Parts: sequence; structure tokens; C-alpha cells
Amino acid sequence: MASADVVLQQPLIQGNKQLSEVTEDICVPMERRPTALWWAAFLASVTVLLVGMAAVTYQVSTGIGTWGLNNTVGWAFDITNFVFWIGIGHAGTLISAILFLLRQRWRTSVNRSAEAMTLIAVMCAGIFPLIHMGRPWLAYWVFPYPNFRSPLWINFRSPLAWDAFAISVYFIISLMFWYVGMVPDLATVRDRLKPGLRRRLFAFFSLGWNGSYRTCQHYETVYLLLAGLATPLVVSVHTIGSFDFATSMIPGWHTTLFPPYFVAGAIFSGMAMVLTLMILARKLMRLEDYITHRHVGAMCKIVIATSGMVGLAYLTEFFTALYSGNQYEQFAFMNRALGPLGWGYWIMVGCNVLIPQLLWSKRVRSHLGIVFVISILINVGMWFERFVIIAGSLQRDYLPSNWSGYVPTSIELATLAGSFGLFFTCFLLFCRFLPVIAMGEVKGVLNDGKPKKGAQG
Amino acid sequence: MSVPHHLAIGNAEPRPIVQETTLPEFLKDPAAGGHKHHVQEEDLWPRDHPFPGHRWGMAIDLNACTGCSGCVIACQVENNVPVVGKDEVRRKRAMHWIRIDRYYSVDADEAEVDIVHQPMLCQHCEHAPCETVCPVLATVHTEEGLNHQIYNRCVGTRYCANNCPYKVRRFNWFDYPREDRMANLVLNPDVTVRSRGVMEKCSFCIQRIQDAKSEAKREGRPLADGDVQAACQQSCPTKAIVFGDVNDPASKVSLLLQSERVYRVLEEINVRPAVGYLRLVRNRPESEDGNHHG
Repeated sequence: MASADVVLQQPLIQGNKQLSEVTEDICVPMERRPTALWWAAFLASVTVLLVGMAAVTYQVSTGIGTWGLNNTVGWAFDITNFVFWIGIGHAGTLISAILFLLRQRWRTSVNRSAEAMTLIAVMCAGIFPLIHMGRPWLAYWVFPYPNFRSPLWINFRSPLAWDAFAISVYFIISLMFWYVGMVPDLATVRDRLKPGLRRRLFAFFSLGWNGSYRTCQHYETVYLLLAGLATPLVVSVHTIGSFDFATSMIPGWHTTLFPPYFVAGAIFSGMAMVLTLMILARKLMRLEDYITHRHVGAMCKIVIATSGMVGLAYLTEFFTALYSGNQYEQFAFMNRALGPLGWGYWIMVGCNVLIPQLLWSKRVRSHLGIVFVISILINVGMWFERFVIIAGSLQRDYLPSNWSGYVPTSIELATLAGSFGLFFTCFLLFCRFLPVIAMGEVKGVLNDGKPKKGAQG
Repeated sequence: MSVPHHLAIGNAEPRPIVQETTLPEFLKDPAAGGHKHHVQEEDLWPRDHPFPGHRWGMAIDLNACTGCSGCVIACQVENNVPVVGKDEVRRKRAMHWIRIDRYYSVDADEAEVDIVHQPMLCQHCEHAPCETVCPVLATVHTEEGLNHQIYNRCVGTRYCANNCPYKVRRFNWFDYPREDRMANLVLNPDVTVRSRGVMEKCSFCIQRIQDAKSEAKREGRPLADGDVQAACQQSCPTKAIVFGDVNDPASKVSLLLQSERVYRVLEEINVRPAVGYLRLVRNRPESEDGNHHG
């Protein structure tokens, strides 16, 4: 009865495409000159990126003192941005690995760009642990490389050391997954190109793909194995990221709730970012037939579910503080909601718990403009979640004599903007030079949702 | 500073950070004014880090401390602590390794204000939260009970400072200028000048410990109590700060730390500080209830 169920749903890919039309739709924009819109977006992104690079150069050459940090608040924008970008990256792995294993075939339209988003977001994230160091030129010391200084080893008990491993593994696996998934499409592009450097490059990276049965079988085995490898990473990376806080002793950080809370939040923010990018991409690159209301609707449902999870976590935090009987913990949460950074807390609750509830309505879900705005608000809220946890908990801890405040400097704001500049610059380059839709996979789902000729229920 | 009223939670505030009592109560019970509900928690790990030789510790008598800040300046001079200027101090980036925390209390009609001065410096915790979080092992414990900061190894993640419940760690936000060669003559040649981007904090005047040990070795005698004087201790006009070897049961610091008046700041989080504070005893008739510090 499988096809009867399927008939009730909208087709995954609209427009009654032939296989060759899919190739045309995806490849032709790559072969044309870029549009004026692309240039405008690219130049704007590069400009913001350059501003950020100037800020980082100034900060690295002058000192962390150019930021608004102080003796009490040792982390604020830096680690907030780091956790924010790592969280963004999660949706890519979720879509590519977990939804693949769960046979959610709607993922085929979005997985390529979601994986690219993951890679770029992890790159953006990786910058912050590096530049937040007082002496970033010694950053390689956090890796246990062989050396002759007796040898000097790292502290395997430090969550920052775990982080270094977690992020590098995540980046490498995501890169492999993205690349391996792209091999058949690279070959498609190769076959269309005229001889020249570009063709040679695509030929090299498509690893001699010839579409034979044997090649396909190898490809699918590797892809499945990589999906299996990547699945635990969806959970592990942000779990380890949350250990930076959970294993510390600062009230508001020291809580066992953090790993699931952070993972849910990461998927939440990542899905919101995928929505933002997909809604933009389908308009700008005319992919309306590939990224349909059905895709947006499915992602909206994941957003509602994860919004509920983070909402539950916010409540649980307060309950834990109340139930602990620990006055420092209780104060940390009173301070979080009503203290000097309380406005950030209410932005967080508003954007992450209240606004996503609008998505329960099918009318809202099918209005892409509203979904777009909601997806951006969610990421604003998720940024503030990390900010409230990090700077908000640090500013008022055990001894009131240590209490201080935190105000970001222009350098920190420029660095945050610069990370968005990097993100969009890389994403626009990706859209320009690589197939944004997994053609090979989309071709496999062209008939999904269409009544099959002579199909027997 | 006290917890803002609108954020205070029921009876839980104020915080049990400083302790005081009155003379009549103290005469009745020398342990009066303490927080008896702090039971010593069991450790998850075996206590397998012996301190075979010396074990350095400090006792600070709040009865003697007048809050004159002589220790702060002595420490600054001894340890080449940078002077960062008004603007940076306003940004809460003072570099002092020791500071004087002041806690005020007012009586019911707010006519009289009581003050307690509590010098706060690195507590050289036995279970130091800063040590576990440093990714590059730049801060470690020695078998003499000192919490070392290794400037050469520090990459400046500031995680240690974030995780310090006493917030006594100080980060070099900038390269503090040392171009003035004349001014550099005041620097203590026994103490490293720290570069930008590294963490620093009280070392219990490790250079003086080393010096005293070498001197004792040269003279072929064991290190005697009082041979090592921390700079803060040396300059304290009221002798409120006593530093020494707590492994030596006859040392002055050991005797002081056996007093019924001893408490440790934030004892309940079980970081086991090496610094003990002697409770303030006020010479006044009876303590008024509700006279709290925040």
C-alpha cells in the first residue's frame, strides 16, 4: 500500500521533470556568468568579511583587551559565537546522516546545501576558539603532538582539549560526507564542461566516476558507512561543547542538563538556518520546483519539535535551581531572567519558545515570507541563549566583590559580523561553483508522490 | 556589594562568605559564628596525592586586618604586577594578585555600619577547579601544595579564570608597557615579567620560598618556620597574614589553623583552599539578629 500513502502527499519534486531537465536546471546556472544579484550579495559579504578580518588583525596584534572582557567575564562574544556556529552546523549532519538512515527522502533537495552550510559554519566556529586565546600563535599546543620537551602533553581532563578533538573530527567527517556525496554530481558537471582547467579539476575530484553498476555500488556502500559514522557526531559535538560549561563550577554552567539541551538547541538553530538559506536559495536561484512547500513544512515541524525541547530545558533549569536548594544556583537563575542581561533572556525565550509556536498553523508554514522571518528570529534567539548562559552566568558568580558587567566593543561586533561575512562569502562561492542540489539523488525521487502507471497499491 | 534586593531569594541571602561573632558569644563557644551545616563531603577520588615535604598554607586573621591595603602594594612591588591605570581599573582589569574584599552590614535603624575586610588571593586549592580545565596543563599542583601558573605554557584561554570561584586570576589583556628603562629599575629581578595573553595570579611568593630553601641548604640546616615570608605577610602592619608550612605541626600557621575560629571561604564547594581565615570577633555586648553581611 506504499504508493497509496505517497499519492496523498505532494510530490517531492514539482514540475513533472525529466531526468535531463534536472541536470539542466542545476548545471546551467553554474555554466552561465553570475547574475548581478549574485555579485551584489558576494561583494556585500566580502566587504563584511574584510571588516571582520581587520577587527581580528587588530585584536590579535594588540591583545584581548580590545574586547569588552574583564577579570570576571573571561568569555562572552568569542565563545558565544563559537557555540552559535557549531550549533548551526548541526542541521547539515542531521539532514545528511540521520535523515538518510531514516529514509526520509525529502532530504535529497536540501542535503547538499545543508552539508555545505555545516562545513562553512564549522569553519566560522573554529575561528573563535583560535582567536579567543591570548596567544593564538601557540594554539597547536592543545593537540597532543609528539615533541621533545620531555615531552609536554596536554590535559586530557580539560573540556577544551575534548573540544579540539570533537571539532576536528566533526569537520573532517562532514567534509568527507559532503565530498563523497558530491562525486556523482561532479562527474555530471565534468561531462558537460568543455576541455580546460575547470574540466580537469572536476575530472580529478570526480574520481573517475563512470556511472557503472560497480561504481554506484561502491558509492552507496561508502555513503551508508559514512552516514553511520556521522550519526554519533550529531550528538557528540555539541555534547562536548556543552561540557565546557557543564563540567565547570560556575552557577548557571554547572548542570547535567546541558548535553541534551545543547544538542536540541543546535538542531533547532541549524534547522532554522537551513530554512533561511533554502527560502533564499529557492527564490534567488529559481529552485522552486526542487525546494517545495513540502520541504519547508517538514523542516518547520522539526523546528517546532526542537523548540519544545529547548523550552522544556529552560523550564527544567529553573526547576533544578529551585530544587537544588543551592543559593548560588538559585541566584544565578534569578539573575539570568531579571539581572542586567535579563533582556537577553527574554529575547531568547520570545524567539526560541514563543515565536516558533506560530508554526503549528499550516497557513503560517506555507507562507514562506513568515517562515523566513521566524527562521531568522530563531537564530537571533539561539545566539542570545548562548550569550545569556556564558556572559550572564560569569558576570555574577560566588563572591559579590567579583561581580562586574559586560559590554561588547566595536571590535567584537565587527568580529561577529565578519563571521557572517565569511559564512555568506563561502556559501555564495559554493552556490556558484558546485551543484547546489544533489542531482543524482533528486533523480531518484522524481517519481515520489506521482501515481505510477499500473502500480498495484 | 550585596545581592540586589529584587534578586534575593527568600532566606538564602545573604551569602555565608565572611564570618563574624561577638566577644560574649565567642567566650561561651569559640566556634560561635560558624556555619555548622557545612558537613565535610566525601571525595569521589582517593586522596592519593601526598605532600611529603613542605606544604604551604596561609592563615589570615580578620580580627587583625584593618583593610589598609599594604599587602596589595607589597605584592604588586614584589611580583612585578603591572600598573594598568584608571581606565583599565574601571574596566575591571586591575592586575592585583591580592585584593581587599569589604563586606558591610548595617544595624536595624541603619545608624551604624560595620565593615569586615577579607583579603582575597589565590587560595591554592587542593581541589583546584582551574587546574582541571586548562587544556595545555599551564596550571598544575605541586607536591608542596602550591598551585603553579606556568607562563611559558599558557595560551590564554581564560578558562581557569572563569572556573575560579574566587576570581583571583588575572589576565594580561595587553602588553603592559615596559619601555621606560628608568621605571624598569624597580622591577624585582627574581620574578618573571609576564607577556600579553597569559594568565597570572598569586604564587605564594614562590621566589621567596626558593630563596629561603637555597639559603637553608647552603647553611646546611632545615628550613625553619618564619624563614619564608610572603610579601603580603611581611608588609602587614598588624601581622594579620601568617604564611608557613602546615606540615610542620609547630609552625605558627599550623597553630593558627587549628583555632576554632578558622573557616575557609566557600567551604561548601569543597575545593579545599590552603588559605584559612580566622573569624572576626567583635568586642561588643551581644550580636543583634538580622545583622547580616551581603
